[in-house]
Amino acid sequence: MLEAVSLGCVRGERRLFSNTGFSVAKGQLLRITGANGSGKTSLLRILCGLLTPSDGKVLWNTRPIGEQREDYHRALTYVGHLNGLKDDMTPHENLAVASTLAGCPAGRSARRDALAGFGLAHCADLPVRHLSQGQRRRVALARLALQNPSGIWILDEPFTALDAEAVANLSRIIAAHAAAGGIVIFTTHMEVTIAAANIVLVNLGQQADRA
Amino acid sequence: MIRAFVCVARRDLALALRRKSDVANTLVFFVIVTSLFPLGVGPERSLLHAMAPGILWVAALLASMLSLARIFEPDFADGTLEQLALGVEPLSVLVIGKIGAHWLLTGLPLTLISPILALQFDLQPLAILALCGGLLAGTAALSLIGAVGAALTLGLRGGGVLAALLVLPLYIPVLIFGAGAVGAVESGLGAQPHLLLLGAFFLTSLASAPWATATAIRIALD
Amino acid sequence: MTTRDSDTYYSGNASPSAAKHRIHWFHYASPQTFYPLAGRLIPWFAALAVLLGAAGMYVGFLVAPTDAQQGDAYRIIFLHVPAAWMSMFLYVVMAFWAGVGLVFNTRLSAMLATAIAPTGAMFTFLALWTGSLWGKPTWGTWWVWDARLTSELILLFLYFGFMALQAAIDDPRRADRAGAVLALVGVINVPIIYFSVIWWNTLHQGASISMKSAPTMAMTMLLGMLLMALCFWMYSIATILARVRCILLERERHTDWCMTELRGTP
Repeated sequence: MLEAVSLGCVRGERRLFSNTGFSVAKGQLLRITGANGSGKTSLLRILCGLLTPSDGKVLWNTRPIGEQREDYHRALTYVGHLNGLKDDMTPHENLAVASTLAGCPAGRSARRDALAGFGLAHCADLPVRHLSQGQRRRVALARLALQNPSGIWILDEPFTALDAEAVANLSRIIAAHAAAGGIVIFTTHMEVTIAAANIVLVNLGQQADRA
Repeated sequence: MIRAFVCVARRDLALALRRKSDVANTLVFFVIVTSLFPLGVGPERSLLHAMAPGILWVAALLASMLSLARIFEPDFADGTLEQLALGVEPLSVLVIGKIGAHWLLTGLPLTLISPILALQFDLQPLAILALCGGLLAGTAALSLIGAVGAALTLGLRGGGVLAALLVLPLYIPVLIFGAGAVGAVESGLGAQPHLLLLGAFFLTSLASAPWATATAIRIALD
Repeated sequence: MTTRDSDTYYSGNASPSAAKHRIHWFHYASPQTFYPLAGRLIPWFAALAVLLGAAGMYVGFLVAPTDAQQGDAYRIIFLHVPAAWMSMFLYVVMAFWAGVGLVFNTRLSAMLATAIAPTGAMFTFLALWTGSLWGKPTWGTWWVWDARLTSELILLFLYFGFMALQAAIDDPRRADRAGAVLALVGVINVPIIYFSVIWWNTLHQGASISMKSAPTMAMTMLLGMLLMALCFWMYSIATILARVRCILLERERHTDWCMTELRGTP
């Protein structure tokens, strides 16, 4: 169970949001909505532990995430705004590094399956620099298939640059992850239908006022 | 832990070997800078001989510093650095892997090429040995300290020059002991005390720099 | 619009009992308490600086005897030595406050560190300048690569690095924390640099004209230097407090107490 307790965030001179709280249990989806500049990405980065909140705290299984960094990171997969891929390496190599860092090294066949699941079987051995934006996004998302099956996925605009087929595919994968007892927290500005029982919405509201 | 460490170091080495020109550029810079000094101060042998330790060390120090931007800046730009920070292993361990790779790609080649340049300045064999020994430990300390500066200036405008401004004063002990070791052999004294102090400085940097670098990276990602 | 009264970046982390305890402890660390307090203290420190400075100058220029070897030129040490003391002392103080700011996330300590840097750099520069003014009549040259002058020069570089790093970062919180890491790395290195420079200097005996050849000290000379050191101390406190007040106003200008302050209380 992941809880956000009265989080506040100030970036530069702007207060993005304050007193934001919610909790997500296993099997739940959390969609964060809000206008551009309302602090969606900042909130996701706070939930990852990359950003220190100005106020409040993030608890995972009732303990602050900062006190259990290793366990928390083992459970967490973050696909951010940036894909986190090396242009000079192939999708295969990128996934190998990413899975090792995440603490569960994946073998070649597991990586091949993950890439095939995102329709990348034909370009698995090309350097990432030759791939299109949508394909790169899918390589980044293929990490989801390799990691902790009941973990926390934090996805920042995962549907960006994907074609209709890939969007449908990712929606299915997200729903399946939640159904298997995982947690998914995501933002999107696209209207996507995800067939999941339990979606929580958090709205960060309009553009932030000054701090 | 070892596995993630090796993975990061191997990744950086593999990436660098796919862009070999970066590694070569550092070496070429080293060679060119040392060749500029005789042109600046004149070809007199005894003068160049006396200045050789300082010239070689300052050039090595600048070459190592120029390649600092390669350590973290590309990873910061493409998002792999935040994935490292979200890794299961402590960031400071992964940072040592990256610094180790940086040393293998700059410090070690600089050390290996330095005897040839030392011959141009007419250094005696024992002095060349002291130069190589000093560079071996000294460039490792330079990579460690330099990584702090590189991490502090991540994503800043004019980061490269700023990083130089931050780390050059901190490089001074390495320069003094490194060049001092060569000078001591040339003047008939042993290089041992200098090299031991250089080694001690390297160990001190190894103990403190990865922590400072990891902290600086987290600050930059915040 | 919210005003944050707490002294820390994330007040939410403190347990209630700790928070209660901290209110006393950090009472003056809260910006809106500190601001008027600093304002009241500045005139006193400034006045003390003027008085001590006048007394120090009097002792230094009129009471202290003329040196047999160096004549009146030596009198510059009444500025030079206290400035050198202050330059090193302020670096350590700056690193201390920066470290406190990094560890406890206190805003005010980080601002203090930022405010100390220019004063520290100024004293370092003053020490170098007066050192070179003294060098000309004494050694016949503006600059010698003496161990102390060289390490003072490196200290100036360290101050410049700290200020340049903070100036390059737009987000004040990142600037505080990055500066703190640099100051801490610097303060570990200052003694190492100092001893390596001394080592370097003694190995190259040829050019060594050491400041150790300074005249043996008469009691009045020591008194003059101490008075000047105290004057510099008071001056530093006054300017640093004034600078912290400016930084506070700049950073907190959108909070209610700053708005009241800026509008001027009726």
